[in-house]
Amino acid sequence: MRFLESPVGRKLVMTVSGLSMIGFVIIHLLGNTSLYYGADSINAYAKALHGLPPLLWGFRLVMLIMVSLHVFYGISLTLENRGAKTGKYAVRENVRSTFAGRSMIWTGLFIGAFIIYHLLHFTFQVIDPGTAASGHADALGRPDVFMMVVLNFRRLAVSSLYVCAMAALGLHLLHSLQSAFQTMGLSSDRTLPVIVRAGALAALLISLGYAAFPLSVLAGIIR
Amino acid sequence: MNLTLYVWRQSGPDEPGRLEQYEAWEITPDMSFLEMLDVVNEGLIKSGKEPIAFDHDCREGICGMCSQVINGVPHGPQKKTTVCQLHMRHFKDGDTLYIEPWRSRAFPVIKDLIVDRSALDRIIQAGGYISVHTGGVPDADAVLIPKADADTAMDAAECIGCGACVAACPNGSAMLFTAAKVAHLATLPQGRVEAARRVCVMTEAMLKEGFGSCSNHYECQAVCPKGISVQFIAKLNREFIKASFKKAGSY
Amino acid sequence: MILDGKCPSGPLSEAWDNHRRQMKLVSPANKRKYKIIVVGTGLAGASAAASLGELGYNVEAFCYQDSPRRAHSIAAQGGINAAKNYPNDGDSIFRLFHDTIKGGDFRAREANVYRLAMVSNAIIDQCVAQGVPFARDYAGYLENRSFGGAQVSRTFFARGQTGQQLLLGAYAALSRQVKAGSVKLHPRMEMLDLVVVDGQAKGITARDLVTGRIYSHAADAVCLCTGGYANVFYLSTNAMGSNVTAAYRAYKKGAFFANPCYTQIHPTCIPVTGDHQSKLTLMSESLRNDGRVWVPKIRGDNRAPHEIPEEERDYYLERKYPGFGNLAPRDIASRAAKEVCDEGRGVGVSGRGVCLDFSGAIGRLGEETIRGRYGNLFDMYEKITNENAYRQPMRIYPAPHYAMGGLWVDYNLQSTVPGLFVLGEANFSDHGANRLGASALMQGLADGYFIIPSTIADYLGRTEPGRVSTGNEAFIRSVEECETSIRRLLAIGGKKTVNEFHRELGSIMWEHVGMARSKEGLTKALSLIPALRTEFWENVRIPGGEAGLNQELEKAGRVADFLEFGELLARDALHRNESCGGHFRVDFQTPEGEALRDDANFCYVAAWEFRGAEKQPELHKEELDFENVRLCERCYK
Repeated sequence: MRFLESPVGRKLVMTVSGLSMIGFVIIHLLGNTSLYYGADSINAYAKALHGLPPLLWGFRLVMLIMVSLHVFYGISLTLENRGAKTGKYAVRENVRSTFAGRSMIWTGLFIGAFIIYHLLHFTFQVIDPGTAASGHADALGRPDVFMMVVLNFRRLAVSSLYVCAMAALGLHLLHSLQSAFQTMGLSSDRTLPVIVRAGALAALLISLGYAAFPLSVLAGIIR
Repeated sequence: MNLTLYVWRQSGPDEPGRLEQYEAWEITPDMSFLEMLDVVNEGLIKSGKEPIAFDHDCREGICGMCSQVINGVPHGPQKKTTVCQLHMRHFKDGDTLYIEPWRSRAFPVIKDLIVDRSALDRIIQAGGYISVHTGGVPDADAVLIPKADADTAMDAAECIGCGACVAACPNGSAMLFTAAKVAHLATLPQGRVEAARRVCVMTEAMLKEGFGSCSNHYECQAVCPKGISVQFIAKLNREFIKASFKKAGSY
Repeated sequence: MILDGKCPSGPLSEAWDNHRRQMKLVSPANKRKYKIIVVGTGLAGASAAASLGELGYNVEAFCYQDSPRRAHSIAAQGGINAAKNYPNDGDSIFRLFHDTIKGGDFRAREANVYRLAMVSNAIIDQCVAQGVPFARDYAGYLENRSFGGAQVSRTFFARGQTGQQLLLGAYAALSRQVKAGSVKLHPRMEMLDLVVVDGQAKGITARDLVTGRIYSHAADAVCLCTGGYANVFYLSTNAMGSNVTAAYRAYKKGAFFANPCYTQIHPTCIPVTGDHQSKLTLMSESLRNDGRVWVPKIRGDNRAPHEIPEEERDYYLERKYPGFGNLAPRDIASRAAKEVCDEGRGVGVSGRGVCLDFSGAIGRLGEETIRGRYGNLFDMYEKITNENAYRQPMRIYPAPHYAMGGLWVDYNLQSTVPGLFVLGEANFSDHGANRLGASALMQGLADGYFIIPSTIADYLGRTEPGRVSTGNEAFIRSVEECETSIRRLLAIGGKKTVNEFHRELGSIMWEHVGMARSKEGLTKALSLIPALRTEFWENVRIPGGEAGLNQELEKAGRVADFLEFGELLARDALHRNESCGGHFRVDFQTPEGEALRDDANFCYVAAWEFRGAEKQPELHKEELDFENVRLCERCYK
């Protein structure tokens, strides 16, 4: 299909898949804030989510497709773009591009690896079965997600990894939010500076919001 | 003032190239950058060496022929200025300058600082025009064009096709060049008829020529000697989305 | 030999239509059998190649630049004239025709100029349809401005880049034909010779500037659209590569060169700053709509211009030409600037400059309005001079800009070599002795879009297609000659660079064959130029070889031709014992210092025939008849 052969078409696939992931990231963040309300709150939330398997698995399938598309086109476009340059400048000065923009492939790959780790860690709970929520019921017999999260985040190594990943996510979003608007043709000379700043703010909020969980656990705010 | 230059020398497309050091003596601030190179070349010729080959023609910033990366920035440090309009008063005595050709797979080096930019011509040939016949057109004022649209079209049409956008782009993309033409014509009523087809065939041609795609770094606008805005890339993207909803095979 | 312009008889307003009706056509099925070579891809060349390709001819287009879009038409700033009369200010085809004839100081053909005025309107229609973004008003209608001394507003413009936009329009049309397969492009190719077989132009010999190889290309007709020769002055507003080579080598193959002495010196350019200077930059003369031109009243006044009080300034254009003031035609404004500088009243370090002052206009209209009108020009001025023209007056000085002279052509744009057509600035036909502002773009596009498609058919319709191939002896000889000449240049191995010779030629031309010419000066030039030429062929140094890209070799070939052509220009200027338009002879002026035309003896086109390298060219005359305008003194007082 010509759409997917076009450089713009493939960028649009990146944008749509990326935006849907951002949507997920935001919902996930909001859901996780229940951590602050204590064990009952988040365990109830987790139970409710697992109470609707078709929805859950449907959603997971959609996210899997989005991630796959994003990764596939992200890597293939990057390789293609690298191929479009021959030789390096002996001296190179970047006038407007940002570190965040130029390192998209690396932050992206890091986030990808992190997602796999995170799924194995908290979703499928195979990395550290000793703390797995599925193995420990709370007072109401629900899997004790709260305990799993708190126990893990009390370990500095785990918390550090999560904070680093959220920094990478922040960098990734710093470029991608404005980029998404531009690719969808929704920016102009007037709006682009606003979009860039709003995007940066959103990226900061999202990454800080996530990083706040391990940090709060370490600081003893969540316990 | 005196300057040290490191200039890319390459005798042919398939030959290896390297940076060579030259001294530029007695340069005056009111010389243009190319006039400085003229002085260096006169010296090289007199001492029996091959002068540095570089593209240039109008020397007033409009033909788009001059094409040099100076200290890592296409067209040098002065904003919205082609190399030929860059004057030596922007440099200091004792400066060291690295002068390199545009680097992109789609722009093979012909010699020294000269590259082959015919790929840009082929993008235009793919569809960067309104298919009008000579003669047999309506009166110039038969179709009114809002001033704002005419001005926007002109903003885009100012592109001089120098290729600095490609040279600066981390992806070697010709998106700004392509978008300028797509946006110029799509903004005018005369160009609307073919707008869907045009955006598709031109972006396809861009890819076929070996240019990368756009990652929205905006390095292109920053080095563009005419300051062509990346909002035209957004416009191209809009045109592409619109075109995608049209019947398949309609172009 | 009596030159026949082949102008149609009958009333002017019907002449072109009648002529077209009588011309032969080539049937659609036969068109593709005819090959046409178009050399040069500026406004004339690109529009011709596009139109001929669209008609179905097999077109090959050549240019020395890396892309057709880079031709120097792109640098034209001001605008393009047309007799649309949109502003309802009394314009008409006849008035545009009359203004152009009068502006050309009655040295152009009536029939050609009338046709130009007639097709001017179609050009605007065509360009708008192509997507040229001309300036528009808030109601969406096209805007017009008064330009270069016209008393009506008939100039269409696209900011300060009209030439760029028109050329990109023509380039787009050309690109469309390339895609369609009817035009084949040959960029980075330079024409070195015209090939003539049995007295007819049948092709060209060209050098591939990348590989250095020399090839011949056979065709059924050749169109030269190679622009003007102002670079004979070394410093000019032309592009560095603009040259006379194609036209001059056609001249050597039998095409007559007409009126070479008609050169236009543009009044509003940025003054020279030093010996290193490689070109001069034009500032659109639209600046004269709001700027006032002056110099200090006393000579040797070293104060900065803005420190000179009002009463000590001489607004010499307003004083001498109260009717037109600062908008006096180009030749008059240029000469006046030279006069005051010769008196020692010039401004700037070199003393070769006059002030163009916007302080009055800024006071009256506000800086924002002036920025809106000329912002890009002020920016350009600041880039080059590092001076802010909003705060202090601009300094300007005249510079060679345009060549009215060119290869002689008849009404069909055909030269004296059948099958060789010459379009745009390369021909001599429409501007007489001086070109009005915004008329060059008009002529280039008129020739390419609307005239050559009709007239070339008349020639081709009488010619059998594909009669000769590059195997023909004339082609083989032509290639050999070009190769020999290049080897000769490379073998000299002297001490001076090509630029040094070009600079010397330029200073001879500017000094003695420039704005104010005299018998003595021209005679001197006629001895200096051959001497310089002899030295060139003994002492030029060209590095590198014939193979591969060799920019010094390219330049050397062009300068070698300028060294011959400069002599022809001076000879023409010496023979024309009158002052008219861009040709001003100090020995032929009125007591008030105005040009003194001699209609009794010089109302003709001087067409020069090449007679051999060592021989003097032969003068042929085409008498000019004026039936529709009255010959009068060109008075702008």
